[in-house]
Amino acid sequence: MKKMLRGATAMTLALSVAQAALAQEMMTEIGEGEGELRIVAWPGYIERGETDENFDWVTGFEEATGCMVRVQTANTSDEMVALMNEGGFDLVTASGDASLRMVAGDRVQPINIGLIPSWNMIDDRLKQAPWHYVDGTHYGVPYMWGPNVLMYSTEVFPEAPTSWSVVFEPQDLPDGQPNEGRVQAYDGPIHIADAALYLMTHQPDLGIESPYELNQEQYDAALDLLRQQRTLVSRYWHDAFIQIDDFQNEGMAASGSWPFQVNLLQGGGAPVASTIPEEGATGWADTTMMHSEADHPNCAYMWMEHTLTSNLMSDLSVWFGANPAVPDACTDGRGMQTAEGCTTNGFDDFERIRFWQTPVTQCDSQEQCVPYYRWVSDYIGVIGGR
Amino acid sequence: MTSADTSPASPVTAPDAATRLSDILWRRPRLLIALLIGPPLAWLGIVYLGALFALLAQSFFSIDEFSGQIRYELTLSTYAELFRAYNLDIILRTVAMAASVTVAAAIVAFPIAYYAARYATGRWKAIFYLGIMLPLWSSYLVKVYAWKLILAKEGILGWLFETLHLTWLLEAYLAIPGIGGNSLSVSWTGTFLVFLYVWLPFMILPVQAALERVPPSMLEASGDLGARPGQTLRHVLIPLALPGIIAGSIFTFSLTLGDYIVPQIVGTSARMIGQAVYQYQGTAGNIPLAAAFAVVPILIMAVYLWIAKRKGAFDAL
Repeated sequence: MKKMLRGATAMTLALSVAQAALAQEMMTEIGEGEGELRIVAWPGYIERGETDENFDWVTGFEEATGCMVRVQTANTSDEMVALMNEGGFDLVTASGDASLRMVAGDRVQPINIGLIPSWNMIDDRLKQAPWHYVDGTHYGVPYMWGPNVLMYSTEVFPEAPTSWSVVFEPQDLPDGQPNEGRVQAYDGPIHIADAALYLMTHQPDLGIESPYELNQEQYDAALDLLRQQRTLVSRYWHDAFIQIDDFQNEGMAASGSWPFQVNLLQGGGAPVASTIPEEGATGWADTTMMHSEADHPNCAYMWMEHTLTSNLMSDLSVWFGANPAVPDACTDGRGMQTAEGCTTNGFDDFERIRFWQTPVTQCDSQEQCVPYYRWVSDYIGVIGGR
Repeated sequence: MTSADTSPASPVTAPDAATRLSDILWRRPRLLIALLIGPPLAWLGIVYLGALFALLAQSFFSIDEFSGQIRYELTLSTYAELFRAYNLDIILRTVAMAASVTVAAAIVAFPIAYYAARYATGRWKAIFYLGIMLPLWSSYLVKVYAWKLILAKEGILGWLFETLHLTWLLEAYLAIPGIGGNSLSVSWTGTFLVFLYVWLPFMILPVQAALERVPPSMLEASGDLGARPGQTLRHVLIPLALPGIIAGSIFTFSLTLGDYIVPQIVGTSARMIGQAVYQYQGTAGNIPLAAAFAVVPILIMAVYLWIAKRKGAFDAL
């Protein structure tokens, strides 16, 4: 009896494993569109001409395919993962600190690149990037990438600051006032990596090789730097539009930021500019990934192809201040972007950018690293003044 | 009822299904009640309480420190985590904020409610009601964003202080550690003011209802017996209005306890309970800790309601 039970259990297990494997199998052909597509995206990533009528890469897709696009924006990678865990979405524009978590959690499905005719247009530097290409399987189509720039007020800084120290170390800024209360930092645990990147230049004896792979000692040093930063920061920025408001109404002098905010502020006539300081910068490289239980897989594949061939990459690159995953989008006039524009956005700085990835215990550069789970609670502690 | 009344009047042929159903319900009133009350009860029991308990059950699991995976074994270690210094900070910070908002709301609401209940008549009463209710008609988010602009360094309040040549006063206040900051909108004072504003109607309305029930003859009797106005207020009016104040304080206290939007937009970025729940559940899947955090306001409110009940806040229900 016991034996039989054990046999039955083994059978059930084997069956469920087989089923899981089946569920993970990728699509082999694209059928008719399902009439709808639901995307989790960063704010500003999917525009249909409602914020500014010149920036629209959705209505053309809807007219061509009949897939009506619905967008849910998320402000941090953690929110993206949470939304994808809830389900009900087809695609997500995931950064490297979210993508591997979703691959590991079976939240996203493998992509059959044979179903994406324009796959070869993608930048060779991104085709097999480790944040979406896992164990020989593609889990997404590269979307956009860009640096986390240092945004500064040109009224305070006549010349661009050359170091991230303006947001990390107490000092007087060029206008003679201290930086205390006039700088901001990102309200996501991944900001610990920015501190680690700063330490790579300023405390080389710590031996940090990657800002996402920190042992206990390196991690503690980064947290100490962030505690010092807490005394300078009056509010951490979480929502891009709140940061824009803070630069307009709170007299902010400098902050890590996205080119998105810089462009919107400059468009509104605010005296700001951005730079990549000498330490380099962290950055994001986003990938369009497909939910493992996507309800509208055909529309999803059509969208992925659409991202590579349409005006999307080019116009989005102007709109967001980011770089397209398709280099031709900079030059072939499919949208508004030009070669000079891409250079401004840092297209040639690929090597200077440390792209976001999820910190894990088993890391490449050393024996054991502090995992993301601890980054989260410790960063909450730092912001709370601990 | 009506179909049962009319059915005898119709020709005596085989009754249709609706008529028969109506007859059955007429003969068995309990069945009717069960049918009527069943769906809402199922909603309350399964959807509401069920979901709540499913969440709370999570708090007895824990997360594996290394892999970040949830371990489905019953343990109290997640609750122990609540007592780590930075988590305890979050709880104390939130309770302190909720308590101060509640006290301030009671102090601000009482004279307004008193005037509305005693002196405002006719059109003025309508205007008072409208004035109190009007803020509730617009979106909560819009109000919070509006306050962010009012409190900003280069905002309306800053401008007002500057025009009155009182900037030194504002700066002296903002220099106070703890409640101050770089500007009102990034200080705890700012968070406090916004909470006070958004929850004030929830305090005024119950207090006003309680004051309207205090018979004027009591106040007159108190005066006739030689009590000064202050004594009447302390010994007659406030004790009689206390159930209303406590009912209002339940709203302001619990709403502040769980809110996660106001402190995110206005304040120092230090977390409150609602934000902690939001961040822990959305991050690395630490649902156990998020669930444990969610239990905290429930426990606090349970104690609070128990005290309120003893004070007779629900007698008027």
